[in-house]
Amino acid sequence: MKFFNFHLMPYAELDVSKIRDHGTAWVTFPNSNYDPVVGSKLYNRFLDELEYADQIGFDGVCVNEHHQTAYGLMPVPGVLAGALARSVKRAQVAIIGRALPLVNNPLNIAEEFAMLDNISGGRFIAGFVRGIGAEYHSTGVNPAESLARFQEAHDLIVRAWTEIGPFEFDGEFYHHKYVNLWPRPFQNPHPPIWVPSQGSAETIAWAAKHRYTYCQTLGAIKTVAGFFNQYREEAEKSGYEASWDQCAWSTTIYVAETDEKAINEARPHIEALQNEFLRMPLEMLLPPGYTSLESYKHIQPEMIGKPQTIESLNDAGVIIIGSPNTVRERLAEYQQLAGFNTALVKTQFGTLPADMTRNNMDAIAEEIFPQMQS
Amino acid sequence: MAHTESITEVAGTRIKLMRSGSESGAGSKPTMLFLHGAGGASVWLPFMESLAQQFNLLVPEHPGFGDSDTPDWLQRVDDLAYYYLDLLEALDLRQVHLVGHSLGGWTAAALAVKDCSRLASLTLISAAGVHVRGVERIDNFMGNPEETLRGLIYDQSIADQLLAMEVSDAERERQLKNRFTTAKLVWHPRSYDPHLPKWLHRIRIPTQLIWGDHDQLFPPRIGEEYERLIPGATLTLLPGCGHLPPIEQADKTAALVVDFVNNVSAGEGAA
Repeated sequence: MKFFNFHLMPYAELDVSKIRDHGTAWVTFPNSNYDPVVGSKLYNRFLDELEYADQIGFDGVCVNEHHQTAYGLMPVPGVLAGALARSVKRAQVAIIGRALPLVNNPLNIAEEFAMLDNISGGRFIAGFVRGIGAEYHSTGVNPAESLARFQEAHDLIVRAWTEIGPFEFDGEFYHHKYVNLWPRPFQNPHPPIWVPSQGSAETIAWAAKHRYTYCQTLGAIKTVAGFFNQYREEAEKSGYEASWDQCAWSTTIYVAETDEKAINEARPHIEALQNEFLRMPLEMLLPPGYTSLESYKHIQPEMIGKPQTIESLNDAGVIIIGSPNTVRERLAEYQQLAGFNTALVKTQFGTLPADMTRNNMDAIAEEIFPQMQS
Repeated sequence: MAHTESITEVAGTRIKLMRSGSESGAGSKPTMLFLHGAGGASVWLPFMESLAQQFNLLVPEHPGFGDSDTPDWLQRVDDLAYYYLDLLEALDLRQVHLVGHSLGGWTAAALAVKDCSRLASLTLISAAGVHVRGVERIDNFMGNPEETLRGLIYDQSIADQLLAMEVSDAERERQLKNRFTTAKLVWHPRSYDPHLPKWLHRIRIPTQLIWGDHDQLFPPRIGEEYERLIPGATLTLLPGCGHLPPIEQADKTAALVVDFVNNVSAGEGAA
């Protein structure tokens, strides 16, 4: 199994009761709650953590993109990946992902990713997402156009990477008289494309058809297994057998000497992530058109934002918290159950402070990697 | 007065069309076309019944709303405006008194800017479509259904009544469909067309503007802007009324429409 260190870069030094009082950490949570002195330190701390991940043997480091939220401070993930492309010497550098529909010129993303691929000498992984519904409130992009823009932006970016320019592109949303990318990507034909999703059937089928690595975010392991099996079925429909390398599971791992100690230490920080940083009303999460009308009819408001405990998340296999032995066993069991060869691991989560994050990273490198990493 | 409802293809799209009275008696009364707001027009409201006393009233459900089909070409409010120009031709309606509420008001204004030749008058009620910098508006896509409805209504006892009404599954589905289509049409820029004000002077028919003085979605300042930009338009404010005059003050609103159209018709008779 390959281990990637996935960072959300939350505004971790926050009294989370402020989120609770406001109702959400997204879109409307006033940025008066952001202190640049604190933020500056956090950015540098988090970059240090990802550089450290490289030093202790993680196979890759991951950042992602969200807008106008204390949940994650990475509206422009290319800035962070750019810094990491130089300071991370050995591991791969992944942006999983960049929200394609939110930009008006997808060629900017093609250029940005091609630069990262060149600077990192071909260690870059390109993640493509639609962004979550809240992003469509933050940016004003019409959620009804999200899926069509995503697909068209993808087509444009891949063509820009693989076709010799200049050529003309005339889509429904994007129109370019000259597409002629400088620089071209370092990897041939282009950086690996990874597609994170919460399990939308359309996305799974699309990723499988294109042979892109499918990354499952936030899910209980049994559900995840279902989604990965769906991916493999879709691959078969497209006439090939998908390998476990094409499935990546995104989770949180926290290791301490005993199960009890691990649960106690991680509890406030996991619950802050799950119940405060992720909290948002249904109307913010799913603006009309972000899903099809048909899918929306099946969504019940009570499905959104139900408070969780660390035990409920741990028991359902959304996260793995425990002693080295527990974590090893469960990870091996989950790998066999769901069929994946990459774990995207949050080692920092919610409000988890720097020293505890380092201890957790060390424990994973020392106790988990020797038996599990391949 | 009985009204009829049918699902019928008009100008290439299947829509639900409600009409007042029998078609045989329609000839004697002036024709009125009502374009509904974002909430749709799934039922024949008392407001419509009042207008039906005086007019041959047509209330289509917009493409993309309620029981009407959702055509692929429907992407912006201008598409709706052109559709209704086609509808006026397809049904060969002339001397039409056009009334639009909210989203339907924006559609009516966009239609009239393009071609007034089949119109006798225009009434815009709490219309979207025009933006005035600095005017605060509520976001009707961020709140839950109850918060959203309460924000649209000034007299909260009326909101209480509406919220207490039982809603069938079919009606809930229509409401969801209306919400999805509305978002598609108005998401960005939020509920206005920055180019519309440039051409409102092309509306050269008698125009009345009716606004609730407590409209939080499109505050009266937007009505004032329409009044400034449409030659000869007059704005009437309804005291103690929010964004839904056809529901919150149905009788008063209908009376304003009737009086205005009668004045227009009398003026024409005198000329």
